[in-house]
Amino acid sequence: MRTKKLGIAFAAVLSTAFAGWSASVQAWEPTKTVEFIVPAGIGGGAGQMAQLIQGVIQKHKLMPTSMVVISKKGGSGAEGFLYVKHAKGDPHKIIITLSNLFTTPMATGSPFSWQDYTPIAMMALDEFVFWVNAKTPYMTPNEYIKAVKAAGGKMKMGGTGSKQEDQIITAAVEQITGAKFTYVPYSGGGTVCTQLVGGHIDSSVNNPVECVGHWRAGSVRPLCVFDENKMPYPDKIAGDKSWEDVPTCKSQGLDIEYLMLRGIMTAPGVSQDAVDYYIGVLKKVRETPEWKEYMKKGAFNQSFMTGAEFKQWLAKTAERHHALMEKAGFLKK
Amino acid sequence: MDAFLSLLHGFDVLLTFNNLFYMVLGILFGVLLGFLPGVGGANGIAILLPLTFSMDKTTAIIMLAAIYWGALFGGCISAILFNIPGEPWSVATTFDGHPLAKQGRAGEALTASLTSSFIGALIATLVLTFLAPIVANFALDFGPPEYFAVYLLTFCSFVGMGRQSPFKVLSAMMLGFAFAAVGTDEVTGGVRLTFGTETLLTGFHFLIAVIGLFGIGEILVTIEHGLNFEGQKAKINPLVVWETWKKLPQYWVTIIRGTAVGVWLGVTPGGATPASFMSYGLAKRFSKNGDKFGTGELEGVVAPETAAHSAGTSALLPMLTLGIPGSPTAAVLLGGLLIWGLQPGPLLFVEQKDFVWGLIASIYLGNLVGLVIVLSTVPLWASIMRVPFSIIAPIVIVVCAIGSYTLSNAPADLIFMVMFGVIGYLFKKLNYPLAPMVLAIVLGGRAENAFRQSMIGAQGDLSVFWSNGLVGTITALSMVMLFWPLIHWLYQRLR
Repeated sequence: MRTKKLGIAFAAVLSTAFAGWSASVQAWEPTKTVEFIVPAGIGGGAGQMAQLIQGVIQKHKLMPTSMVVISKKGGSGAEGFLYVKHAKGDPHKIIITLSNLFTTPMATGSPFSWQDYTPIAMMALDEFVFWVNAKTPYMTPNEYIKAVKAAGGKMKMGGTGSKQEDQIITAAVEQITGAKFTYVPYSGGGTVCTQLVGGHIDSSVNNPVECVGHWRAGSVRPLCVFDENKMPYPDKIAGDKSWEDVPTCKSQGLDIEYLMLRGIMTAPGVSQDAVDYYIGVLKKVRETPEWKEYMKKGAFNQSFMTGAEFKQWLAKTAERHHALMEKAGFLKK
Repeated sequence: MDAFLSLLHGFDVLLTFNNLFYMVLGILFGVLLGFLPGVGGANGIAILLPLTFSMDKTTAIIMLAAIYWGALFGGCISAILFNIPGEPWSVATTFDGHPLAKQGRAGEALTASLTSSFIGALIATLVLTFLAPIVANFALDFGPPEYFAVYLLTFCSFVGMGRQSPFKVLSAMMLGFAFAAVGTDEVTGGVRLTFGTETLLTGFHFLIAVIGLFGIGEILVTIEHGLNFEGQKAKINPLVVWETWKKLPQYWVTIIRGTAVGVWLGVTPGGATPASFMSYGLAKRFSKNGDKFGTGELEGVVAPETAAHSAGTSALLPMLTLGIPGSPTAAVLLGGLLIWGLQPGPLLFVEQKDFVWGLIASIYLGNLVGLVIVLSTVPLWASIMRVPFSIIAPIVIVVCAIGSYTLSNAPADLIFMVMFGVIGYLFKKLNYPLAPMVLAIVLGGRAENAFRQSMIGAQGDLSVFWSNGLVGTITALSMVMLFWPLIHWLYQRLR
């Protein structure tokens, strides 16, 4: 009896081991629901993109299992990042990143860094545009900065959150021009743009998608874009203006470039097989008409990177954030 | 006339088999989500959003909006029957709704609450249809000082409204503010009161607090009283709907006031939660039966429900025209708009006529269908109260636990739920009021942010709260509310 039981147990162990082995020979595929973590609110830019990706994957059946989008926004995103960090080796958890991948640990001392994660791909970069209310007379950044200087620190710049991308850009503008703003933090980019329309703040550095509705309605005016090149979208949006007509800030004498990462990473220690699998799926996502339409609506910078190139970009960007935040005095001491 | 024609066009869009089918499906699903504490309309919509991808976008928004109406209706059922509000704006409904249920009058409470929800929504939709161009831009006038003034008004209309001593009210409120402060501080980005743990980074979710304080706390109290659940006296009366309807017209002042508060806070967009609290506070203060509020007054159910539902409905206006979400659910819907390739903004009404007017038409029909569905089941819901407590209590606890866990898949939330349950029990034993604490937990964070944003913008100058007609009026109103007992006393002395 006893030996028989042992024999069965042995066979069971053997067969599971064998099954495991045979699975590892095949390319990796998710075997259960994939958790897609958003270290921010669902309504914001990262949440939207995550939901779009989830929807596209479902509609075009790009994955054998389902995917759920979960928002973990606590501690300026630290909640989501730490959750994935603690899931060491679990390829069923992926996370979409914002700039808070860099800024949150630097500003709050949360125990994580970009190096903790296994990078999958950069899906796009989000642009930042310098906006003022359309009722104001300022047509160029220079005119506006002059007015800010004359007001002596009373002009209000609104932005999302504190010591994050919007405030970093504000600080950079201050350092380069010597002007002084009063920075007012809000909970989301959409709110910031309506506050600008309502005249409660004087300017903002909203992403294109957050302000485009108001631009088309003629309530806000883009002064310049914080990118090396102009946004390559020639479709007319507001009157006869297109995204392409917005000059770069550099060409206007405001030499600042800032783009926000919309990238996807997974837990530490995940195998290359799994990473390759996700890269394959995401490449297919980028080919869908839904994705292309979304890129155009939000005037995204459509850079795509994976592997070593992406890692290099991450290292460079982390360094740059450190420098920017140090200059602005946002680093946690 | 234009609006009327557009509305007809909207019904034309709506009245296809497909759209109607998904609308009814959405309502049924929404009622269920609203009824189950913790899941809620926002979560339900977030889960279904990606599924709507392969649908026509008008059908998709009609279905998702129907879930929203269903959840609004369903939320008050569990609030009244089990003292567990499924959504933040149902909290004020429990104050009088649950005492009514305990007296065996659950059917009346349910009918009153559902019917007044419907009236609130209907009036708000009429405003949406005919006054949209006029009120659409109200929200733009709201900067941080205005938001803070609205929250202040909500708090002030609540202070001194209980039978308890004002000091107990105040200490309960302060404790609520302390709970609200836990987690990330939005203005500085720093973390507060987390004791170095990761679990507390997001702070206490309001729903966990409410499920614990009301649901678990109530069960603990009942257990102590020897498992006597007075709801068992409830008779199943098929005519209860009709009989309650006969009583409702006498509350017309409360209904109008509730709707006015709701529409105003919906379009501005202060949101449904402050609207329901404010309407309850105002009704208590100005009603003849104000003293009896909290012991089971139908009027105390009518007031918050009209306001919550009219605010919830009119909150769609700033969402569509300005891209400002007036509620968590609206925030998720907003994400949907962008994913479907629609740009919320002032031009949406012009460019997407089918979409916008189809949606508005679906609000009329959706609410009517929702009302019929839930009202026809009122006797059924009310009869749940007849089930012996020893059977229902464990089920309620399990449902509460599932709801708490689903919110963010965090096991720690279960511990917090029990912790708040114990606090709720102690508050009842020591005769402290729960309402001010819950109000502070719900609105404390938002009020604090608005105050600090105002202070940053005004360089610390408090006169910003009187800096223009709008904010000045709201602040002055708050002061009147706060000192009302004193004003009332002086007035009588002078006479």
